[in-house]
Amino acid sequence: MVAVAARTSRVTGRRFRSVTLGVLGLVGFALALEIGPRVGVVPIEFAPPTSQILVSMGDLLGEASFWTALLDTLRTWALGLGIAMVAGVVVGVLLGSLPIVRAATATTVEFLRPIPSVALIPLVIVLYGPTVKSTLVLVVYAAFWQVLIQVVHGVADVDPVARDTALAFRLGPWARVRYVVWPTALPYVITGFRLAASVALILTITGELVIGSPGIGKEIDTAQQSNAVRTVYALIVVTGILGVLANLLTRFVERRVLSWHPSTRGEEVVAA
Amino acid sequence: MKLLVRVLLLIGLPVVLLAAWWFGSAGSEDFYRPSLESIVDAFARTWTWDMFAQQVFPSLWRLLVGYLIAVLLGVALGVLIGTYQSVRALLEPVLEFLRAFPPPVLVPAAILLAGIGDRTKILVIVFGCVWPVLLNTIEGVRGRDEVLSDTCRSYGITGTLRLRHLVLRAASPQIMTGARQALPLAIILMVISEMMAANEGLGFTVLQFQRGFQIPEMWSGVLLLGVIGIVLSLLFRLAERSLLGWYHGQRAGQREW
Repeated sequence: MVAVAARTSRVTGRRFRSVTLGVLGLVGFALALEIGPRVGVVPIEFAPPTSQILVSMGDLLGEASFWTALLDTLRTWALGLGIAMVAGVVVGVLLGSLPIVRAATATTVEFLRPIPSVALIPLVIVLYGPTVKSTLVLVVYAAFWQVLIQVVHGVADVDPVARDTALAFRLGPWARVRYVVWPTALPYVITGFRLAASVALILTITGELVIGSPGIGKEIDTAQQSNAVRTVYALIVVTGILGVLANLLTRFVERRVLSWHPSTRGEEVVAA
Repeated sequence: MKLLVRVLLLIGLPVVLLAAWWFGSAGSEDFYRPSLESIVDAFARTWTWDMFAQQVFPSLWRLLVGYLIAVLLGVALGVLIGTYQSVRALLEPVLEFLRAFPPPVLVPAAILLAGIGDRTKILVIVFGCVWPVLLNTIEGVRGRDEVLSDTCRSYGITGTLRLRHLVLRAASPQIMTGARQALPLAIILMVISEMMAANEGLGFTVLQFQRGFQIPEMWSGVLLLGVIGIVLSLLFRLAERSLLGWYHGQRAGQREW
């Protein structure tokens, strides 16, 4: 009992210490960015100190246009991610379960995947103009491959004994996907989801910034054009917060969906 | 026969797709969707040696410099942070926050700070690419083999020798994973920074074609960007194979057990 209590208190102590250090780190970081511009390490007119950025963030929160832009960004992100997830999972399960299809498409996938999605920017501008559709194409293209590759690997990972057992018990194709393939592939699907979520956010903001479809990215561009330096920084910080929230969300989903899974998978993105 | 099937499987679909594009678009009247023939024609006309020297090589040079700085910086900081527990506790929340930024938003800030020269673009590439390398290096350094660590300690192996043969060696598969994740980001940032803040470079040129309604030329630029993406990922894979050959061999050996 005593030993357990001592260990618990040691663990809590270490925990407490690392939280304190983390808070210290954040405060120090904010202070460095406050003091840096004030003492002239960087020009103050182009790099406002933390306090000023926070003040203009407060101003933003009171503007209706900011909330509209934020909602636009979130909607594009969620929609693009959703389409990419569904397409990636369906195509991935098909490719993974039919070896002949997989072999026939391997080269094509290998060639299409490394094409940078931003290469499509001029194309979507002439085809769809500065609309949400243009940005969605970029988001879906970039996020789709992340999901697809993970799902294909996940489906290939099915235990041969489980597969043969399912065949011996004459499970139909649908039941095999549901009870054998899906549980095996699920951790991979979730990894794909996590990777795709962050890529989709990057491309959403990029599309808005470069193509000019409505959202936070466009607001940044507008603010920069009108030389509203503090607003530019405030909006950039908002995108950072969005990124943190997206990471927290995907981690939460991962924990919820995979609570039954015996092992937590590594981070490695497997290259085909 | 078997060889024939394999070759068919490898090149069958790409050939069919290209043929479908070629014949499907032949004689296209749509201004925005020109025929593949005219795109190929425009490609040969547009991307001459001069054009490469003026617009493409400077872009690739910035890409290379930014990427290499990011990898070196990521590994150096990663070893430092991964080795000292308190440094890690101090910096972890800050790093979590910084890496969550979608890197392209830094372009406007970098323009404000450093203008639209090479420095801005390299800065943006470095800032975007450093995180995957850094985070993976930290994990790699932390996850090194305990027995090897202890062996080093009992043999009194310290300093650079330890760094080279234990720490970096153990972390290298993870470092490579990070470097692999960073490569597409570097390409994205190269193109984006040139689209937003440049008067030369590949991204700028392609966007100029679009603004000038030189549609076949624009399509050829999109194709070129795609080809660059493919070639860089192939080069990366070759580099990885030669650098990490020992690791893949070891893994394959373990799997046979």
